[in-house]
Amino acid sequence: MQLINPGIGLIFWMTVAFLIVLFILGKFAWPAILKGLKEREQSIREALDSAKEAQEQMRQLKVDNDKLLKEAMEERDAILAEARKMKDKIIGDAKGKATDEASAIVESAKEKINTEKLTALREIKSTVAEYSIEIAEKILREELKDKAKQKQYIEKLLKETSLN
Amino acid sequence: MAAKETAASGNEAQSKNEELDIGNLIMEHVTDSYEWHLFTIGNHPVAVYLPVILYDQGHWIVFSSSKLKHGTASYKGYHVAESGSNVGKLVRMDANGKEVLPKFDISITKTVLAIFINAFLVILIFLSIAKSYRQREGKEPKGLQSLLEPLILFIRDDVAKDSIGEEKFERYLPYLMTLFFFILFSNLFGIVPIFPGGANVTGNIAVTGVMAFFTFVITTVSGNKHYWKDIFNTPGVPWWLKYPIPLMPFVEAMGIFTKPFVLMVRLFANMLSGHIVLAGFISLIFIFGTFGIGYGYGVSIFSMAFAIFLDLLEVLVAFIQAYVFVLLSALYFGMATEVPEH
Repeated sequence: MQLINPGIGLIFWMTVAFLIVLFILGKFAWPAILKGLKEREQSIREALDSAKEAQEQMRQLKVDNDKLLKEAMEERDAILAEARKMKDKIIGDAKGKATDEASAIVESAKEKINTEKLTALREIKSTVAEYSIEIAEKILREELKDKAKQKQYIEKLLKETSLN
Repeated sequence: MAAKETAASGNEAQSKNEELDIGNLIMEHVTDSYEWHLFTIGNHPVAVYLPVILYDQGHWIVFSSSKLKHGTASYKGYHVAESGSNVGKLVRMDANGKEVLPKFDISITKTVLAIFINAFLVILIFLSIAKSYRQREGKEPKGLQSLLEPLILFIRDDVAKDSIGEEKFERYLPYLMTLFFFILFSNLFGIVPIFPGGANVTGNIAVTGVMAFFTFVITTVSGNKHYWKDIFNTPGVPWWLKYPIPLMPFVEAMGIFTKPFVLMVRLFANMLSGHIVLAGFISLIFIFGTFGIGYGYGVSIFSMAFAIFLDLLEVLVAFIQAYVFVLLSALYFGMATEVPEH
């Protein structure tokens, strides 16, 4: 019976003690503890979230970088291809032009040579004619030194002329 | 011849006394007393004497329990009742020679002192932990803080939040936390056999009764419309159980009181039985010791093995019972504040 017969004094003191504990802890301990726990949990959660976000940003950055790199490479290839084309074209053009010029030079050289040749020929002709006349003159002068011969020759000329 | 008879009966009485002693020893261990008996050297009991505070016949009476000479003497007309319904309590003789209790007996008894020590330790521990939380804001727990943090989190998340619900649990958290740690520390100190531990605090029906009463008051005060409607007009029950004889409402109304009553009895009975069984195993050594020293030593091996096993079991029980008490309290609060989803 003693065991299940609660004493008034015990009930009284237990109530007092428990209320004091409840009051003191409820005022000074639990709010601080629960607030501390909550704040720590929140800061951990935030740190995790921001880490995830940073990771996501890094990933995005990498994707962007890759894209940029790819674009740059494509552009480089395009530029190179164009440069190669231009080079070919320039070389081709230059070749054509050079051929044309060369042939023009050759042509003009040929023409000049022709003209020079003709001039030279004419000069030769005139010189030859002059020399021939001179020679003929000299020969005639030699031939017609004496009067007999002069006469003979005139006659011969006359003969020839009259024959014509 | 007559002398011989008296001697024989005296012997008989003595041996009977010794047999009873074990029972008394155990009872003395688990019940409340006006002094804190530590041990006995020869015939001299060594005890911590506690103040007796009585209010009777219009005035206060205060004296030290040493005046009672371990319950053998009376002081100012008061003595410790040895039998009857008031056994173990201070009584006085009234005019008819009957034992009557004083009007109020608020003596600082063994259990009261143990409650005070326990309350003091709980306050000390949690104020220091609260200090660590303030000083180490946002940092990892350290020392005592990290030892008790799992329990705090467990009560907060798995007991309070799960039973009461996300929105309302914070209002009940201080009470549930205080309750849990008060019971847990009382249980654990009760297992420590050396003063100031070893007192049977939570195995005392007055202690568990007070805590159950707090749970009852909080449940009743925070009961919402839905809670009371469920009690007086229980849904899902055939109408003839409610009218003309309000059978279900009666049963449900009884439930308001049986719930905290069960809380009180469960903790009390569990802790008390633990103490009794432990004391019993230790006492076995001395019972066998009376047959011969050899028996005592022989039995002590088994007794100690069982006592150690039981001690470990008691540590487990200390946690389980504190948990169950708080979990059920939280469930009752959850029921009282539940908002039906329509």
